[in-house]
Amino acid sequence: MALIVAPEAPLEPWLAALDEQMLRSAGFFVDRPIIVNLAAIDDGSQNLGEVLDALASRDLRIVGLEGIDPVRLSGTGWERLPKLQQGREMRAQATTDREIVVPGASEPEEAAEAVAEKPVEAAVAEEPPARLPSLLIDRPVRSGQSVVFEDGDIIVVGSVSSGAELIAGGSIHVYGSLRGRAIAGIRTGGAARIFCQKLMAELIAIDGIYDMAEHWGDKRHGRAVQIQLDTDSLKISPLE
Amino acid sequence: MSKVLVVTSGKGGVGKTTSSASLGAALAKAGQNVVIIDFDVGLRNLDLVMGAERRVVFDLVNVVQGDAKLAQALIRDKRIETLSILPASQTRDKDALTEEGVERVITELRKKFDWIICDSPAGIEKGAMMAMRFADIAVVVTNPEISSVRDSDRIIGMLDSKTLQAENGDKLEKHLLLTRYDPARAARGEMLKVEDVLEILAIPLLGIVPEGQEVLTASNMGCPVTLNNPDSAPARAYVEAARRLLGEKVEVTTPIERRGLMSRIFGRKAMA
Repeated sequence: MALIVAPEAPLEPWLAALDEQMLRSAGFFVDRPIIVNLAAIDDGSQNLGEVLDALASRDLRIVGLEGIDPVRLSGTGWERLPKLQQGREMRAQATTDREIVVPGASEPEEAAEAVAEKPVEAAVAEEPPARLPSLLIDRPVRSGQSVVFEDGDIIVVGSVSSGAELIAGGSIHVYGSLRGRAIAGIRTGGAARIFCQKLMAELIAIDGIYDMAEHWGDKRHGRAVQIQLDTDSLKISPLE
Repeated sequence: MSKVLVVTSGKGGVGKTTSSASLGAALAKAGQNVVIIDFDVGLRNLDLVMGAERRVVFDLVNVVQGDAKLAQALIRDKRIETLSILPASQTRDKDALTEEGVERVITELRKKFDWIICDSPAGIEKGAMMAMRFADIAVVVTNPEISSVRDSDRIIGMLDSKTLQAENGDKLEKHLLLTRYDPARAARGEMLKVEDVLEILAIPLLGIVPEGQEVLTASNMGCPVTLNNPDSAPARAYVEAARRLLGEKVEVTTPIERRGLMSRIFGRKAMA
């Protein structure tokens, strides 16, 4: 799980407090992916590149940004942070020609409620994502690997091995064999679906309702299927 | 250009050490300068398989920690001039290996040898990590069994993320070596099929080594099968795999059960 760090102005005392925190709980940040929210410190007086440099010099593994437009970082060496982890607010503002806008698409209300039930995610629910982005993985997901993408759909071009795990905010699409676990709908709830070319999964789940291979039996095994939530059970239907 | 090759699998007992020794000997026989490093600190086996157990004075840990010079620890094979081994320590554990130390040893070996074969221990812990860390090529040894395949899959994921090459953004060259393949059991459908293993692991096939008494006998005699019994089916499979590593195009053949002509003609009785 990623941690969000939100530096505040004035920077110097804030960094001192961070250092103290790191001293007290050594190892807390080790190997944790960090997302930096720059909204609070972006008052125009601060060089944002320097803020990020200061965090990086403390061995924090910065994987994403939120709270500002990435254009503000051009020339600092930080503008190339991975796009997939870009923060929510930023995405809402960012103008891009690569996303397809669906006219009249309404916000899924149940989704916002589902998220709000979890205290950790409460802050997220205040501003539901305008559009769900997706994460494209164009190689096999191997045993022991876990792909967590809470912001939207996961698309895998390749197989998902036994012992691997996909956790998506939205739907999961696997163009290959699904042998591991697929957990969809963390954010969108029951609207999410799971698609795969060959169902050989160990476990599938949508919005907390799960099902296991031994339950759905041989009839569905190895088939191209889509899986959707049907009130409180999972419906597996062939795709051909 | 020297190449660092890691022989790894995740699971134990699939034939990593046997494959390291056999491939190493085959490469050396083809005129390459080869060293095989045993990374299985604490459970050293390579020296036994290579028949060098009575010649071990210094080991990898001594060299990594700077207690011995590389030249003192290297053991040259008595059968092939161009083959050496660097044994593991039996009395220490894997924590004795440091990344800096291993890097220093491998850098030094790169100057002398064409092939540096790192025989990885089983598991995904420090010893295995150190063995793969500086690799240019990986040979993933897998048996056609589901547990072995899943462990290999895990290791391939690590090869793609934990090696220096991967961290530098390069794609590590990976090859699958299917070992202990039993043609008789395959014919009866009791083993995973080659296609199934390839579909799951999705890496190119380097070779299929049939299960054979010759391999066991060779190991017990302290001599790689490629030297001990070069005409046997496993030895030929290893020699072909080595030729593929050297860039030759050799077709991979699936071993089939050798049966007499009559049993092939009258293999099955027709259904009444």
